Amino acid sequence: MRAMAERKISAPAVNLETQHFWDAAAEGKLLIKKCSACGEPHFYPRDHCPFCFSDKTEWVEASGKGTLYTYSVMRRAPIPYAIAYVTLAEGPTMMTNIVDCDLDSIKIGQAVRLVFKPSEGGPPVPMFTPA
Amino acid sequence: MSIKNKAYIVGIYEHPTRLATDKTVMQLHAECAAGALADAGLTKNDIDGYFCAAGDTAGLGQLSAADYLGLKTRHIDSTDVGGSSYLLQVGHAAEAIALGKCSIALITLAGRPRAEGMATGTAPRPPANPMPESGFEFPYAPATANMYAMCAMRHMYQYGTTSEQMAWVKVAASHHAQHNPHAMLRDVVTVEEVVNSPMIADPLHRLDCCVISDGGGAIILAAPEIAKSLKRPIVKVIGAGEAPKHQMGGKVDLTYSGAVWSGPLAFTEAGVKPADIKYASIYDSFTITVLMQLEDLGFCEKGQGGRFVSDGNLISGVGKLPFNTDGGGLCNNHPSNRGGLTKVLEAVRQLRGEAHPAVQVKNCDIALAHGTGGSLGTRHAAATVIMERG
Repeated sequence: MRAMAERKISAPAVNLETQHFWDAAAEGKLLIKKCSACGEPHFYPRDHCPFCFSDKTEWVEASGKGTLYTYSVMRRAPIPYAIAYVTLAEGPTMMTNIVDCDLDSIKIGQAVRLVFKPSEGGPPVPMFTPA
Repeated sequence: MSIKNKAYIVGIYEHPTRLATDKTVMQLHAECAAGALADAGLTKNDIDGYFCAAGDTAGLGQLSAADYLGLKTRHIDSTDVGGSSYLLQVGHAAEAIALGKCSIALITLAGRPRAEGMATGTAPRPPANPMPESGFEFPYAPATANMYAMCAMRHMYQYGTTSEQMAWVKVAASHHAQHNPHAMLRDVVTVEEVVNSPMIADPLHRLDCCVISDGGGAIILAAPEIAKSLKRPIVKVIGAGEAPKHQMGGKVDLTYSGAVWSGPLAFTEAGVKPADIKYASIYDSFTITVLMQLEDLGFCEKGQGGRFVSDGNLISGVGKLPFNTDGGGLCNNHPSNRGGLTKVLEAVRQLRGEAHPAVQVKNCDIALAHGTGGSLGTRHAAATVIMERG
């Protein structure tokens, strides 16, 4: 089924560490953090690397390509929607929604690509749609 | 240094209410505390250690509750990691008693989400003050049900687990709940009824989800010499383990829970194996929660949980591992949306030989209680407690 109306998307909580992420989102870019000490990318972005604990982390733009790790369609909502985890081509897996598609056709393992959706009074939010 | 045999559970109480429109949360805490004290044969002023979770008490949690109850203690613990908090607190109380920091510890839980009309499982509940991850999650509308549903979906994909297998968890719980006069849902259900109930969040149906109930409970632990002076059957805490599991910096793996860490800690401390467990209380927020935790605790091979729970294997008197003989969260109650404390209560009843005769496990000498607090789909605290009949 394709959701007929658009679900309202709550504005993301932005803080000092993530302001840059959301500024980039407003320009249509999905950023992740990568550690220049151990080389590991991570998500959600934070100042200290959660693997080696170095503070030498830098912003990297993700390609926007990913694979669906898992999902669930919430049927008991005014407008059904698909929540998901998508594994980015760069490695990290992030929570997201799968949008602009038939919700009954979503499959684990399928290729997805980045789209941004406007939020209620906040920056646009990264979501994914079948590639 | 170990807690093994250093602290005994001497008093328990489960509030009979499932809809508390006429009581405050603190009233429920007080009634639970009074019930456990009466069970133990102790009085309020005997308590010198108090444990509660801030999430279900008003104000500054512990302090507000201690004030209301009129407690004067020498040990304070308000560990709060969601529904499993009370399982961690049993371990922490045993530690405090083992070290002489207190000698009689009270743990209370109470809540009234049903009276307050909370859409507990199907509506996102963002915290009043954003967490660091909030901006990267709440725009996507994570509720409780769809987060656990994503674990189930991946488990089905990776291991071939089926909806019918998950349904067996609910079927077993319903077989037990028919004997519990306080249980919210007392009708025995079939696999077909579970998989044909309305879909909530794919692949979880309504009957894959726990109830929303009011109520609460309390546990009293005491030092061995005090426990032996009381009249109730002896139940010893012999092992406890706890561990957080989270998104691991983006290396997300939803196919296992923190039980893979908390379980071995508890089993090692207790000096027992999964095969030694005669009865298990397993947190059952959803059917998938039970299936995954059983695998992670080592009751079956990883990925074989679906097969393990099938065909009544969790039904007392029928299967190999009787679980949640009070009906659990799936049928009995889930006070304050937190099922950790009631898991301990039914394990103690089993060890005392005081479970309902229809579900009492024969020769129940060693029991396990395990829970997951927070969300399997994002971050949670796993806690395992192993107890032995004295």
